[in-house]
Amino acid sequence: MEKATLRVKSGLAEMFKGGVIMDVTTVEQAKIAEEAGAVSVMALERVPADIRAAGGVARMADLSIIEKIMSAVSIPVMAKCRIGHFAEAQILESLGVDYIDESEVLTPADDRFHVNKWDFKVPFVCGAVNLGEALRRIGEGAAMMRTKGEAGTGDVVEAVKHMRTIKDGINKLAALPPEELMTAAKELGAPYELVLYVHKNKKLPVVNFSAGGISTPADASLIMQLGAEGVFVGSGIFKSENPLKMATAIVEATTHFNEPEILVKVSRGLGGAMPGIDTTKMDKSESIAVRGW
Amino acid sequence: MEIQIGVLALQGAFREHLTAIEKCGHKAVQIKFADELNNIQGLIIPGGESTTMVKLIKKYEFRPALDRFFKSQKPIFGTCAGLILLASRVENLDYCLGYINIDVDRNAYGRQIDSFEQFVELNPAYFPENESYKAVFIRAPRIIKAGAGVQVLSSIKGEAIMARQNNILVCSFHPELTDDLRIHRYFINMVKDSINMVKSS
Repeated sequence: MEKATLRVKSGLAEMFKGGVIMDVTTVEQAKIAEEAGAVSVMALERVPADIRAAGGVARMADLSIIEKIMSAVSIPVMAKCRIGHFAEAQILESLGVDYIDESEVLTPADDRFHVNKWDFKVPFVCGAVNLGEALRRIGEGAAMMRTKGEAGTGDVVEAVKHMRTIKDGINKLAALPPEELMTAAKELGAPYELVLYVHKNKKLPVVNFSAGGISTPADASLIMQLGAEGVFVGSGIFKSENPLKMATAIVEATTHFNEPEILVKVSRGLGGAMPGIDTTKMDKSESIAVRGW
Repeated sequence: MEIQIGVLALQGAFREHLTAIEKCGHKAVQIKFADELNNIQGLIIPGGESTTMVKLIKKYEFRPALDRFFKSQKPIFGTCAGLILLASRVENLDYCLGYINIDVDRNAYGRQIDSFEQFVELNPAYFPENESYKAVFIRAPRIIKAGAGVQVLSSIKGEAIMARQNNILVCSFHPELTDDLRIHRYFINMVKDSINMVKSS
């Protein structure tokens, strides 16, 4: 019997596909997410919008919150560690979470290096804004990727930009003649073997979700049509007026992302979405998508 | 023989099943609405999150069409979450289709950290090649009892991991995550046999 092989780690992400992973901070919210049809929940102390508002150093959540959520729902539970904070990751692994998000939403613990994810039995998901960053994370052992977007803003524009940038990078690599791939690897800052994989298979070697700013069923449909294999919704659910309704609608929109009649049905009468921040009016220093090396 | 196999595409690893069927040389289509079951001769319910699939099956009123599909003896193959849905009794889940006489404990193998892959033996009465099969178990459900009428096609330490009753096939692992097509071919043969049965009756 072999445990923690890449196939087993990335296999769980395969099972998440076409689904919605929701940020939750309490047992009650976790149950609402499960009731709405979430494929997994991300157990947090605060949703990204509140982390943004609070400022200061954002760290791994209080373990008792994560534990309570793990025992309250039957769906898999994820938790976030800081970039490069392998000790937080060791603690989360030992606690038994199903996935670790090495996340730019928390304050980075290392300004040069990420966690060596091959050291762990628990699988990791990481964020990326472009193909080179995605392949570096996969090279470090990430078993699932997501676009970073701009978490906690409710503005989908950055998630769209990152998804398009990654797709564009894949298409360019696929079209290159073989003799150009080594230089492409150098320019991308990505492992050559993974560049070869993308060139040959025209896709990332692991599942790629979208995150960071998705807050309505229409946003979910948009990002799925752009090629996301599923979505993370952070603040968008529990900062909306009617979380259960919004969560259910986003789940249905993710399944039926290309069926306009269903999107009409699920989008009607949802109440207000999260208030949000226009990312173009944000000070550059407030961007968290730039975290990651 | 022109057959078309549908894969329930509400959530989960449905694309891998579509690819596997196509690799076997047959047509495969996504099933997102209940009326699309009319166009297919066999159905695969893929792995994914069983609670999510249950919500969507209820919401999009699949039950009557699935019951008709089952009653007309058309084969259904469930992997992992699909096995849970097809079972007769499931611990901690208030919904299942009851098409195969097995009792299931969801996620009984533990959390993700306990997920594993392992070579298993397939019952030579059904798989005469007599070659081990690499089975991938991800937060897998456990068949705690295979009741009357159920044939065991593979097991680990005496516990069934693949089973069949009439035209229902289930496994607790993920054949769609490997390149070994034996189990998909076996299911396609079940579909072909069911068509021949209808023709000859």
